[in-house]
Formats: sequence, structure tokens, C-alpha cells
Amino acid sequence: MTVIDSTVLDRHGIKPDEYERIQQLMGREPNLLELGLFSVMWSEHCSYKSSRVHLKTLPTTGPRVVQGPGENAGAVDIGDGLCAVFKIESHNHPSFIEPYQGAATGVGGIIRDIFTMGARPIALLNALRFGSLDTALARRIFEGVVAGIGGYGNSIGIPTVGGEIVFDEMYSGNPLVNVLCLGIAHRSDIIKGAAKGTGNPVYYVGARTGRDGIHGATMASAEFDETSAEKRPAVQVGDPFMEKLLMEACLEVMKTGAVVGIQDMGAAGFTCSTSEMGSRGGVGMTVDVTHVPQRETGMIPYEIMLSESQERMLLVVERGREHEVEAVFEKWDLHAVQVGEVTEGARLKIHERGELVADVPNRALTDEAPVYHRPMTEPSWQKQVQQLSLSDLGAAPSAQMTFERLLAVSTIASKRWAYRQFDHSVGTNTIAQPGASAAVVRVKGTTRALAISVDGNGRFCYLDPYQGAMLAVAEAARNVACAGGEPIGATNNLNFGNPERPEIMWQIGAAVRGIGDACRALNAPITGGNVSLYNETEGRAIFPTPVLGVVGILEDASRTVTRTFKSDGAPVVLLGDNSGELGGSEYLATMHQTVAGRPPALDLQREAALQTLIVTLIRDGLVESAHDCSEGGLAITLAECTFDTGWAAGAGAEAGGLGVTAEVPVLADHGAFSTNAALFGESASRIVISVASRHVAAVMAAAKAAGVPARQIGRVGGRRIQLTVNGQTAVDSLVAHAELVWATAIENKMRRAPGAAS
Amino acid sequence: MKFAVVVFPGSNSDYDAFYAASRVVGEQAELVWHKDADLKGADAVILPGGFAHGDYLRTGAIARFSPIMGAVTAFADRGGPVLGICNGFQVLLEAGLLPGAMVRNDRIKFVSQLVPVRVEQTDTPFTAACAPQQVLQLPIAHGEGNYYAPPGVLDDIEANRQVVFRYTSPAGEPGADWNPNGSLNNIAGICNRRRNVVGLMPHPERAAELPLGSVDGRVVLASVVKALAAVSR
Repeated sequence: MTVIDSTVLDRHGIKPDEYERIQQLMGREPNLLELGLFSVMWSEHCSYKSSRVHLKTLPTTGPRVVQGPGENAGAVDIGDGLCAVFKIESHNHPSFIEPYQGAATGVGGIIRDIFTMGARPIALLNALRFGSLDTALARRIFEGVVAGIGGYGNSIGIPTVGGEIVFDEMYSGNPLVNVLCLGIAHRSDIIKGAAKGTGNPVYYVGARTGRDGIHGATMASAEFDETSAEKRPAVQVGDPFMEKLLMEACLEVMKTGAVVGIQDMGAAGFTCSTSEMGSRGGVGMTVDVTHVPQRETGMIPYEIMLSESQERMLLVVERGREHEVEAVFEKWDLHAVQVGEVTEGARLKIHERGELVADVPNRALTDEAPVYHRPMTEPSWQKQVQQLSLSDLGAAPSAQMTFERLLAVSTIASKRWAYRQFDHSVGTNTIAQPGASAAVVRVKGTTRALAISVDGNGRFCYLDPYQGAMLAVAEAARNVACAGGEPIGATNNLNFGNPERPEIMWQIGAAVRGIGDACRALNAPITGGNVSLYNETEGRAIFPTPVLGVVGILEDASRTVTRTFKSDGAPVVLLGDNSGELGGSEYLATMHQTVAGRPPALDLQREAALQTLIVTLIRDGLVESAHDCSEGGLAITLAECTFDTGWAAGAGAEAGGLGVTAEVPVLADHGAFSTNAALFGESASRIVISVASRHVAAVMAAAKAAGVPARQIGRVGGRRIQLTVNGQTAVDSLVAHAELVWATAIENKMRRAPGAAS
Repeated sequence: MKFAVVVFPGSNSDYDAFYAASRVVGEQAELVWHKDADLKGADAVILPGGFAHGDYLRTGAIARFSPIMGAVTAFADRGGPVLGICNGFQVLLEAGLLPGAMVRNDRIKFVSQLVPVRVEQTDTPFTAACAPQQVLQLPIAHGEGNYYAPPGVLDDIEANRQVVFRYTSPAGEPGADWNPNGSLNNIAGICNRRRNVVGLMPHPERAAELPLGSVDGRVVLASVVKALAAVSR
């Protein structure tokens, strides 16, 4: 028998004080298998031990919330007895080690969370972060991740309808792959991951268990160093076909009413599903690993319990109705195997060939996992990076040159190269496809649609995590509102460095406070989410990157608008103030190689008023297009409104849409930088709309009544983008030229890449 | 009339085809499981998109052994209209109901976008309601849509007017820029010699309602309704 010494504990990522706690909870020394169970369940990934005290402060209730955090996914009421079931989850660490499989299994994992709730998944979105595409490593990871997302989502037939991609060298060693899945369920069909009913059989169904992914959750809770590539066996391999069968079979079997509870086996695999289901239901569970279908011979209980093989589910079935469940799985050529049963008491008892090999209180693995109030210290450099002196930047570059440079920056440029690899039309619900401010999917059988957006700005959060997190919530909700969606729920993915470092923990604490404050103000309760920590390589952390997914509802799907200008001569109106804030902007990063300053100010009351206004204007049919201002500022926003984002084939297809002529208002004096600040500043709470002339008065009156600043800044028309500042021409480009630069920038980088193809 | 939409394990556009046939075009439609042996009295059959049986060997390679394929082949042999969309097209090729084969897209990657497709022939049951040379805007979403046939076979297909759909510009001009996958002769869809079996890579069922961006696909399903009505008159 293995002696549990400091080497063994170290290998399991268990700290000495945690081991003492394990012994207390067990009332004895654990054996190696039991230690393995604690190791995965108490990992940061599964236990949220560093973030839990902060996450508790988030708003999680609201009139539409049906299921808040704590289940496989959250759910909100969308009328007619239907719910939107959604959650975001990360697969950051595996995607660095093996980009294709890491991303693919990330997609597979979040899809399982959604159909496990009894919902049919209808939409996927992703928030991705990579290093600079000027490096071969980032190109390789980008290429692999995009192919992996497509390979899984396209096959299973769930459309990837939107998302956002940001490139910054801060992510070069730690790419972020956050995937949001949304499904639709009848409220009465929602099923939970709780085991109930003593004597009810416990079934295992899906792929066989192999040795892949053992300690994946533990890996996702450790920093990377130069040996990380050696961790490849801890990355799982995805099989979308198996998942498709599982999804159809599970949704069908749930209709029988014979399923008491169900949970997928994701992180920490069989261990997590058995202990969490027992814990949630307040019961015990006894299983025999001998019955678990195995891919390889000679697997020991330790391996079976800790494997993270994909596409596996655990079901608790009503006793006496086993045949109904088995028949459905047989139809789909899946073999459902009884591996145990629900017991009285609250212990997880694991057997091998009938012999007891582990015996642990369920709650010791789940609810009683350590909770840390880790020390938080504001980083010593924080105040310093917030200093921004424009006069130190040298001469201000010309607006025209800046405009063309920014259009080609990977973060701003069209992500068509990636989106073309994602099937966005399967399912016949997609109204607004990737590239739009928010994705819009209709809800079949109703007049409604859901608008969904994922957003985050690591640069802002680095400069001020509280402010940056609020801005992320505001932007996601604003994007949803720009499609006409009224926010009804949100999900968050917290991507940070090592929480054992007080300055990282300070970032987490501040960001969660920011999310909470903004979600409360914008009526977007958090219904679930995910935390990914230890995103560090050789001691260097990523930008703190909370990603927010916001879901909004449109009562009348036909009212939705896109960002593209629709009619010649239509007045262009700016809602919100063009304050010209440059702190943390893409302008500073690209043109001055500077990440500094304070992120843009955000008045949550004004933001809420702006969003309510735009939702109302769209609902009343008063606007022709709407687009939120973000990276690249007003100039880039106006340009994007002229781009025709139709997905026609052919290299020469960028015909260019209607142009625009506008006088960009200057509200702040930044000396020589005033023009660039007005054009490229990233102030929050701004939306560009185009309005039919006959509706301008009504729009202005509505804005005034709502207390939202509004001014007509120009008109749609012509074939050029002509922007003036103080009456002087600042930007003048052919739409077709600007669109070509914007549309092909990423393709050009990927094409030039030597050896980029995998 | 009644459509049968075959459901293979791994089909993922089965419900989309069912929805378009029943809710949009307004005809009867029934989903038919691949292990079934009969087509439930259907007047037209759709093999939908997806990745039947996982497509790990070759697209469509396993699906052709499904029990329902015996019924589909018999139905086709009797002259019944059969439409294969995307993976359904690949299954028809593997089953030998259509000539040629499908290989990986020339640019390797999966391609998902709206493309213009020109209708080459209007004497098939799935193009009977189209105007000659009509250009349809249809979505494609595939990794293996690069149509291939050996030179002699390709010549026969062209000579027999079996190319039903071709990738072109929006104005109907063929050209390399408008070919999304490297398909020989810009082929997007073909029929058999008898003209009752049609396969195409684009998805007409996904372009049947205005909010989804195009209604051009509706005519493909409407055509078979018209064709069958003409036969029964």
C-alpha cells in the first residue's frame, strides 16, 4: 500500500493543511483512491475554493430566474412555459496543450451541461483569447482551437452563432477558450442533477472509460511551466458522434419520466457525478467500478474514478422502470449499464468486484471542500499603470493612417476567417449570425427571439479590475440591447492567474464586485458560470479577464435590427456622449504601444437608461440599424456600419455597403490628441443608430425623455466613409477599400504563416 | 403529398428538413428512423444533412448499409423523387444512386457561408418550379463538398445534363472565385440519369424563411410538390 507522504500529496496538489482536514472529515487516514477523490473534488476547478466567497456576493435571483447557480446550468423563463438554459465554461489549459482537442472537448462539455438539464441546445458562442498572430505559436493555437470548435459543434449540429476574439501577447502562453451554450426546455421538463430514492438504480451510459484525462481538473488548477507539454495525456479526446447519440437518447429518455436525476461526467468524471448527485439529493450512493465499461484492460479503481473520458452520463432511474430507459438507449445503439444504487445515509461507497475500496462522506468531497478567504493586496504597480500622460506619447499620428491601421488590427478586423469554419445556419433559428453585435436566434413555436452576446476586456480589467468588469457586463448587455434584446440573465467566466498571489486575488475580488454591481443595475442576474484560475506561464499571469455572457429577449423577433446601414440618406444619430477617453484603448496599444490610463468611466444609471431606450426604439420600429461603440471607438463603429457582412463567396465579394458622412463631436480637450480621442476613444454607453428621416423627431424626443444624450452626427449615403472633426476632414476612405482591409487582415496573417496549416 | 425525412444516427439537419417541408411548405412530413424498413407511404424522400454514423471512415460510407437504404433504393428504382442534402448527397454517392465521389474541400477547412448557386436543369422533380439559369442564394456548411468524378464519368454527367446546380457569381457567372470547395466543373448538385434522384451540397431547407436570410431554398421543396401534382393530374 502506498504511503501518503509529502511527495504523494504534492502530486495530488493537496496542501498539508488540506490533508489534515481530509483526515478530520474521514475520521482516519484516507487510502490512495480516497486521496485521489479529494484531490480532484477539492481542486480549484471543481471546488471554487478561492472564488466561492466572492461569487456568493453576485445577484442570482430575478423574476425570470428558474434555476440559479449550483446546477449543471442556469435557466430563465422566456414565456409560453419555456426556459432558456445556458452556461459558459472554459477549457483554457487543455487548449494550450492540445488546441484542437482542448477546444473540441470544451464545446462537448458545455453542450452536455445544457442537455443534462432537459434542454435542447440551439446555440453556441465563444470568447477566445490568443497571443499576437505575428507569432507562429499563436497562429498554431488559433488555427487548432478554431478547427476544434468547428469540428465538434458542426458535427453535432449545434450552430456557433457568435462570440468575440481578442489577440494580445498577454495570452500567448495561456489562450482562453470560453464556450457558452444555450438550449430551450419546457419549464416542466427541467431535470436536475440530484440523486433521490433509496434503492433506485444508478446507470452509466455513453463512451467507455479510458485512461485519458486523469487529473484533468487538477491540471487545470496548476500553472504552466516548460514541462507542460508533457501533460498531454491529461487532455481528453472528443467524439462528437457519441455525444450526438447521447444527447438525442438522453432527451428522449427524459420524456419517459423514469429519470430521477442525471449528470454528465465532465471534470473529475465519475467521482464528481456520483458525489455531487448524492450530495445534492442528500443521499448516499454505492457503485461498483467493475461494471463501468472500460476502453482499456487492467484499469484500477483509481483510474476509473478519476478518468475524464468524454461523452459519459450518470443517471438515477426510478426502480421498476429500468426497461423503459434501457429500451431508449438500445434504440440509439448505446448501452446503459447499472453501476450501483442510491443508498440511505450520505456516503459514497466504491466497490471493486464487490469489495469496498473507498468509503467517503459525500459532502466531504463537495460542500465541505475548503473555502479560502485568500489574502488580497492591490498590486504595487496598479496606480502607476493608471497614469497616462498624452504629452509623453510623442506626436499624434494622422487620423487617416490610424483609421486604416486599426481596421487591420486582429482584435478589430473581421473574424470571418474563423466564423466561416463554424456552421451557423444548422437548426434554422439563426437570425443574426457571427459578426453581428449580438447573436439572435428565434424560439420556434413562438414569436420571440433571444439575443446573446459574450464580452470581456482584459486590458480594461488590468488597469482597473472593478471598472473593467463593470464595463464587460455593460458591453455584453449593450450588445444584446442593440439587437433589441432586453437582458434577462447572465453567465460569467472568470479567467485569472494564480489566486495564491494576493495581487491576483485582489483582481478577482474587485472584478466580482464590479460584475455584481453592474448586473444588479442592468437587471441581468447571474445564473451560473465558471472559474478558471492559474492562467499563468512561468510566473506571468494573463490580463484579468472576466467574460460575461448576457441573454436578452425580444418579444417580436421580426423587430430585431443589425448594425448595417440600410437606406441612403438616413440620418445617423449618436446616443450617449463622445467623451474621448483613451485609457486602455486599442488606439493607445496599436499606435503608441501603450497600455495605460484609467478605463472609460461608467455611470450605471445612464447605461441602464441608454439600454432601455434602445430596446424601446427597436421594439417600436423607430431605428434601421444599431451598433455599440467599443474597440476602436466611434470611427471604427461607423465604418463597421457601412460594411455589408453578408457571407457571399468569392475573394472579390466585398462590394461595400452604403457609406456615411459624419461630423464627430469633440467633448474633451486633449490638445494635439483631441481629434484622435474623439474618433478612437472608447468611452462607454454609446450607440450609433440610423433612423428614417420621418422618425428622427420621435427618436430625439424619446431620448430626451429618457435622459439620454442624443445628437444627429451625419447621414448614410455615398460610397465613402467621410468623417470630419471640427469641420476638418479627418478620415476619408472608400467603403470598399476599408472593408477589404478589415475583412482580409486575419486571412492574410494566417495565409502568410509558414507552416500554419496543421 | 408526404415527405419522408430519413434519420440516421448523426443526422443533424433532419428536423430542419422536416420543419421546412411541413411548417414552411405546408405538406405532410414524417421522420423515418434508419432502422425502419419502409418509407411510411411517402411520395418523396429526403436524406438530410449531418454526419451519419460519425463519418469517421468516409462521409456516408456506413449509412448506405442502414436498413432504410433498401427501401430508399427501391423507391428510387421505381422513379420516386429522392433528394440528398449535404451529407444526404454523400450517402447517395456512397450508395451508388448517384455517380462520383466527395473529397475534402480544396482549402482543407470547413466552409459555412451563403453562396450563389445556378440552377442548370429544370426537368428534375426538385427544380421543376425554378426558372432556367435561376441563381439561388443558399447556405453551405461542409468540410467535404469537393465533388469528384473520373474524366470519363464527368464527361458523361455533363453530356447527359446531370449537373443540376453549379456554383457561380450572384450574376450567374461561374469562376474559380465562386467555387467554395474545389468541386470539379463548379458542381454543387447532380441527378441520376433517370433524373428522379438529386443530390446537392447547399442546404435549401435552411433558406426557406425570410428572417433566416434567404427564401431561395423554398423552391427546391416546392418543385417536388409541383412535379408530383403534374404526375397525378
